[in-house]
Amino acid sequence: MNFKHKFVFLFPGLFVLIGILIFPIIFTIRLSLSGWNSYTPEMNFIGITNYIRLFTDDPRFWESFFRLSFLSVTTVILQYVIGFALALMVWREIKFKRFFRVIFLIPMMTTPVIMTVIWRTFFHESLGPVNDLLGNIGVKPILWLSDPVIAKFTVIIVEVWQWTPFMFLLLLAGLLSLPKEPFLAAAIDGASPYRKFVYVTFPLMAPISIGAIIIRLIEASKIMDTVFVLTSGGPGTATETSSFYIYIKGLREFQMGYAATLSFTYLVIMIISLTIIAKVLTKLMIKE
Amino acid sequence: MKMKTIKTCVTALISALLVFSPVAYADKWSDQFPHIKTTGDIPGECSYESMSKKDYSGKTLKINTHAVPVMGEPTALHAEQFAKLTGAKVDVTHTPAGDLYAKAMVPFQAGQAPYDIVFGFSNFINDWRRYLEPVPKKYVEMKQMQDVTPSHIGVASWDGVMYQFPVDGDRHYLKYRKDVIDNPEYQKKYKADTGKELRVPQTWKEYGEMAAYFNDWDWDGDGEKEYGSAEVMKKDDLMYAAFYSRSAAYSKNPKTPGGFFFDLDTMTPLINNPGFVEALTDWVAATKYVPPGGINFGLGDEIGSFGGGQTLFSFSWDDAFVAAMQPDSPINNKVGAAQLPGAMKVWNRKSNSWDEGFNQAPFFVWGWAVGVAKKSKEKEMAFDYLCFFANEANHQADIGIGRFGVNPFRNDDFKAEVWTQIGWDKDIAESYVDTLAKMEESKNRVFPLRVPGTFEFNAALATAAAKALAGQLSPQAALDEAAKQWNDILNRVGKDNVRKAYSVGVSMEDNKL
Repeated sequence: MNFKHKFVFLFPGLFVLIGILIFPIIFTIRLSLSGWNSYTPEMNFIGITNYIRLFTDDPRFWESFFRLSFLSVTTVILQYVIGFALALMVWREIKFKRFFRVIFLIPMMTTPVIMTVIWRTFFHESLGPVNDLLGNIGVKPILWLSDPVIAKFTVIIVEVWQWTPFMFLLLLAGLLSLPKEPFLAAAIDGASPYRKFVYVTFPLMAPISIGAIIIRLIEASKIMDTVFVLTSGGPGTATETSSFYIYIKGLREFQMGYAATLSFTYLVIMIISLTIIAKVLTKLMIKE
Repeated sequence: MKMKTIKTCVTALISALLVFSPVAYADKWSDQFPHIKTTGDIPGECSYESMSKKDYSGKTLKINTHAVPVMGEPTALHAEQFAKLTGAKVDVTHTPAGDLYAKAMVPFQAGQAPYDIVFGFSNFINDWRRYLEPVPKKYVEMKQMQDVTPSHIGVASWDGVMYQFPVDGDRHYLKYRKDVIDNPEYQKKYKADTGKELRVPQTWKEYGEMAAYFNDWDWDGDGEKEYGSAEVMKKDDLMYAAFYSRSAAYSKNPKTPGGFFFDLDTMTPLINNPGFVEALTDWVAATKYVPPGGINFGLGDEIGSFGGGQTLFSFSWDDAFVAAMQPDSPINNKVGAAQLPGAMKVWNRKSNSWDEGFNQAPFFVWGWAVGVAKKSKEKEMAFDYLCFFANEANHQADIGIGRFGVNPFRNDDFKAEVWTQIGWDKDIAESYVDTLAKMEESKNRVFPLRVPGTFEFNAALATAAAKALAGQLSPQAALDEAAKQWNDILNRVGKDNVRKAYSVGVSMEDNKL
């Protein structure tokens, strides 16, 4: 009797979980086994044909995946380093502390698409102000968006600008919650600021650092709007990321079945790789 | 005497009213709708007068169109006018170009009709036609439709059935700075420096030489550097159309009918033959004479760059030319139009060799198109709206506004007076209409690819061309990669399906339709 009552209480939660998580994944798997596209608009069954195509005949997806790995790891490392430095700065007693805290958060509060349009205008090679300013000091125009290598770093600059505040916010919250005793003990022992950071602050911050890095890695691996607006994946395919490629296949070329295959494969790869990264970070940063 | 004078005046007034009745009639509407102030209303089946007699009160028309301003602005403007005239409620949704296809296709495939009218590109026709209502006979036969050129009737139709209501006409042609090319001093200087004539480029090689010469220096004396050419080179932003334009002269051989994109007999992709490779090689060289960042120029950038006076040449749709001719443009009345450059050789796929001699092929690139959803419950109102959109008064006003993206597609548009009355110099207007008219007359035309999976074919080609432009692959390797993907797509879609659809386009190219 009691057992049935428990089920009644569990049911709404389970229903929501199935509706918003399990069903979309199952639907995506089923779609990935179909050839749904613009000329065959039906959920037919073609077996693992799409998966065979992905693993044997689609180097562009794998190139976009490795490009994404480079972009997300680089941006998150930079965001962590800069975010930690800013958080340490306003963690201490400095003048206009509240003012700086708000200023540092502004980029995160802006709309990514709008800000990327503004950045694109800044970096416009012939009409934008950045090259104009550089020209005033005799620097030749830099191909911010048209050089395959520089364009990657332009994407990194915009991503770091946009999302460092998120890292800053998490790390500042972590710093503010740290116990005071270890710092008092270090001060009594006469530890230098460097030794305090290396032996007290950083180890104490390790759990929250891992959390922040993983959250940002998850977000950074979905990078789409910045690439879409800034470079459209170009020049060539130099800044094309997995999510942008999946968008092209699904919503530009309308290969819904194949796009579902890419999405599901991508999801599996991300779950595995993020789990490994979390374990490695824990091992590296948290000493027993 | 006084009575006689009054009688004379009254007679003259009545005579004037009778003689100029269309004008007086037009004024009534142009007072309310200043958009048509130049012509007033022009009598016809879908004129302002005719629409005012319809009553669609209590009904709602839902339209999905492009973002403002290109096509989105005229859609919204004519929706507002239509609502005032008929009492209908018109809801207009604006969608970015890249999402127009999917925004209609998703509900189409789900059997729904959230929009009565969907705007898109004319090359969507093969994928969309099964979900679109054919244009009813009464509209196809009406006077305003009779004036549409055969090429554009062909673009809007499939196997003789019109699915898209003609509201726009598109083709690619060359735009150049007349104040430079026709400048005797520059002609002298160019001759002295290169030993060649400075003239409207006849071939892509000449285009490249002149563009490279006039690159990266201030040739118009405005204190800023100018560049050789503005082109649509940004991947996934219509760049494949620019590539087809550059390829037509090298690959559309009038001696080898039966396909430009594929060999219709074997369905072998032709896009990696030496003609296309030559065009891509030229295009890679063009990255050296476009403005900084030009490799990332989309259509909007190209319009802004050439229309803003930054480059000597440009080629694509009409919009950059019309924008350059707007009264507020820095290069107003300083531009010229000409057919796309040709080539001094063209690839012959039958003999597997180059045919020497001049060849030129206009590209009737796809453009804006619009249809009525088969599942719409307001089909009559929807077709009336489209007919009103394209009525003669609206059309004449729309084609003179560059940002509207409405370009000539009627025989009447090819009269220089249409353009001189909005302020164009006579010789420019004449060169413009002459260019468009000659394209219509050409027997060596290329029409857009309109087959199942068009998007996949074009996207594969665009990606390959973009890799070549970015230096990631050589032109031959890039086009070989594209051809391999085209074969894969053919296998997925089915060769016979593609051949059946492609044969319609080939018939148009081979002047059989």
